[in-house]
Amino acid sequence: MSAESTLPLHRQLGLTNDEFAHIPTLIGRAPSDPELVMFSLMWSEHCSYKHSRPLLKRFPVTGKGVLQGPGENAGAVDVGDGWAICLKIESHNHPSAVEPFEGAATGVGGIVRDILAMGSRPIALLNSLRFGELTSRRSRHLFSRAVAGIGHYGNCIGVPTVGGEVMFDARYEDSCLVNAMCVGVVRADRMLRAAAKGVGNPLVLIGNRTGRDGIGGASVLASAELSDDDADKRPSVQVGDPFTERKLIDCCLDLADADLLVSLQDLGAAGLTSAASEMAAKGGLGLDIELDRVPLREADMAPAEILVSESQERMLAVVASADLDEVIARCRRWDLDATAIGVVTDGGRFVARCRGEIVVDLPASALTDDAPTYAVPIAPALAPTPLDLADVPEPADLAAAWRGLLGRPSIASKRWVWQQYDHLVGAGTIRRPGGDAAVVRIPETPRALALTTDSAEMHCELDPRGGGRATVFEAARNLACVGARPLAASDCLNFPNPEKGSTGWRLQQVIEGMSEALEALKVPVVSGNVSLYNESPERMIYPTPVVGMVGLLERAEASVGQAFRTAGDLVLIAGGGAPRLDASAYLGRADGAPAMPDVAAEVALIDFLIGAAEAGLLESAHDVSAGGIAVTLAESALAADIGVSVALTQGRRADEDLFGEGGGRVVVTCRPDAEAALMSRAGGVPLARVGTVGGARVEVQLGATHVHLELGDARVAYESAIPEALGR
Amino acid sequence: MVAVVRFPGTLDHDSAARAARAAGSEATYAWYADSELPAGTRAVVLPGGFSYGDHLRPGAIASRAPIMAAVRRHAEAGGLVLGICNGFQVLCEAGLLPGALRPNASLSFVCRQAELEVADTETPFTRKAPATLSIPIKNHDGAWFGDPATARIVLRYKGENPLGAVDAVAGVANAAGNVMGLMPHPEEACDPLLGSTDGLALFRALAAA
Repeated sequence: MSAESTLPLHRQLGLTNDEFAHIPTLIGRAPSDPELVMFSLMWSEHCSYKHSRPLLKRFPVTGKGVLQGPGENAGAVDVGDGWAICLKIESHNHPSAVEPFEGAATGVGGIVRDILAMGSRPIALLNSLRFGELTSRRSRHLFSRAVAGIGHYGNCIGVPTVGGEVMFDARYEDSCLVNAMCVGVVRADRMLRAAAKGVGNPLVLIGNRTGRDGIGGASVLASAELSDDDADKRPSVQVGDPFTERKLIDCCLDLADADLLVSLQDLGAAGLTSAASEMAAKGGLGLDIELDRVPLREADMAPAEILVSESQERMLAVVASADLDEVIARCRRWDLDATAIGVVTDGGRFVARCRGEIVVDLPASALTDDAPTYAVPIAPALAPTPLDLADVPEPADLAAAWRGLLGRPSIASKRWVWQQYDHLVGAGTIRRPGGDAAVVRIPETPRALALTTDSAEMHCELDPRGGGRATVFEAARNLACVGARPLAASDCLNFPNPEKGSTGWRLQQVIEGMSEALEALKVPVVSGNVSLYNESPERMIYPTPVVGMVGLLERAEASVGQAFRTAGDLVLIAGGGAPRLDASAYLGRADGAPAMPDVAAEVALIDFLIGAAEAGLLESAHDVSAGGIAVTLAESALAADIGVSVALTQGRRADEDLFGEGGGRVVVTCRPDAEAALMSRAGGVPLARVGTVGGARVEVQLGATHVHLELGDARVAYESAIPEALGR
Repeated sequence: MVAVVRFPGTLDHDSAARAARAAGSEATYAWYADSELPAGTRAVVLPGGFSYGDHLRPGAIASRAPIMAAVRRHAEAGGLVLGICNGFQVLCEAGLLPGALRPNASLSFVCRQAELEVADTETPFTRKAPATLSIPIKNHDGAWFGDPATARIVLRYKGENPLGAVDAVAGVANAAGNVMGLMPHPEEACDPLLGSTDGLALFRALAAA
């Protein structure tokens, strides 16, 4: 930090000279030091989305059933009978790269409080993870500690971690991705919002005391590239306390049930500054805060430190004056601190006092709505060229290549990960991790939710618009495989520095492709998050737009699994498109020109799957994705411990037929007596019978070529890959 | 009436109460800071979770909460007490059950289905239970440690011993058989949609109390 100390304060804090010069035009004078710190955090990329906001406007955000779109703590959609679900995905990439256990754990804590702030009960967590290859010692450390942190926090707060994905690639060696998603349920008419209401109402801070942890996290960690002096940034990583979070969940839901909350907001990035200014700005009102009343861990904290501390497990509530005593008494019952720290005022000013002196006096909207926005450079990358198969060595032993693919950590079983997560707590998990999508019951209804996270990162690198579509369609297909109709999405756009090269263009194109697919599916984006600057001087991550998608099953018992069911069932491939090795997991690198997903064909396939599941015609369904149809068949067989035998049409080359990806294909099985009914529903969706379930092998006939794996061999490769890579 | 005890950090109280109702009894909650069980309590469940965030040792602080004196009186009077996971840890820490729960052999949290065999069919909990049960485990400190020669072993893991418990013990009872603790979560196995209804047997025993 020594080199930076010669810079003026605003530069040390991460503001540009132009941004610094703009502040007096908004507030009519030069900012005080605490005010400057507040601006630096609120105008950071992490809090203001200043480089991405103009592009995000492209997303479809409205639609039937949307109760809350982007801009609140979480989005919300109607799921019938007066119930709503809230959802949001968020990144905690940079903190996790500095301290993976606490970084990942507090990522879970933060997203849960976003859901809680809507007055909703969190019922499921998912996480989407990217690390360097497990041959790297640093990546093994980051991966195993991030998983431990997610488990520690999620298990202790009693919210099941039901799904997600993990992928390993050298492009994430320096910038790992840790995205966490949470889903909650609430009575639609009881949903809370952040907007402050009622001049004179007290502002109550609930939960943990405020300490020096996480000061400057938003600007220091989340809005710049990481470099070698990461150790200096360690004090910026917050420390989680899941026990207090659990009490906070119980307490806030108790207060909400008793109708004691006017509005509710969690304290996340930029702490009290962000929470209070958003509550004020959204309500068109002001807040007057006495910093001396904020319970502190260390008595000598400066006003600026109190205002921007990112101490975890804190919520800010506006309550009616008449209810204040009852609110504080209930918080005490839950063994939590609750303190009235200020009041709602008219006039729209954010005022903070310390020892009788006014230390902050700003228009609240200057911190939020007046944050600058920047147009990122739109510099298209070269169009990708299709892979020449002559450049891809043909394996001498297809079975060995198949076994090798099953044993590749990105494809292999993630049991080592999800066995460390309580994926059951709450007694509502109908489909457990390891399938296309998790299925959880919506309490007190006959319905269930299906949940998935997905990204087509290599496709996005080569053709970002096609990759954006592929990301959305893969998520929707995964939901349709379990029989659920896609309902709403939350997105987490993980990108390198958008100010450099073609990254800004890729961001724009990914958003375009995602939006095209979402519009065709009639799935709105109701919340989201952007994480930029995921690069080091050596490496940039792939553009990684993670979509978290939620689907609805009208009847919980109608869900379909990926496991084969009964010997003698028929195996069919639904959906068309030729398998290609371009950008495939088998190829293992972003090379080639993957096909542009066909919007109409993808939507038709998804509709077919949902209809077939609702009609009870499917015994199993499993999406063809990383590793191609060979891996899909093996996974369905391993999940059931029953073999399968299929004959596939020959294409250009056997390895492409077996391991190629793309085109939107799903392997489904049905009882022999259901085949005619299934065929009659197909309409324009290609549907072809290819084989039969049964035996102790996974075998494929390709013309004269026969390839098979014994189930036992496949299981060893698939199950042992990650534990062995970690040396467990 | 089954009373489900809530400590700060308890997680499975709602699932346990739902399971008790599914087995045919009424269910209510008992609050850790109270000194009496709710009126009409016939059986007590100490459910799973992370009481007091597992601070000090799992179950150690909860075992000294005010409600535990009432639970102890209930047990001494012959009333049924079922401790599940963290509740099992609390009962061991309270001295109401023999042995202790150590960290799992893997030193990590383990969440998976477990296959169990009933080793003692003479307790009130297991008299009408099937000989084998499929019930999930989910814990970090679930390896029972104690003397199998003197403790009353009620449940053992079948085949593999997933947590590294002495003698593959999954559940034990006091000498009289009216207090039982187990690491598996029967409340997660009371609904065909969740894959198993084997947990209902234990809750039916509570309902019959």
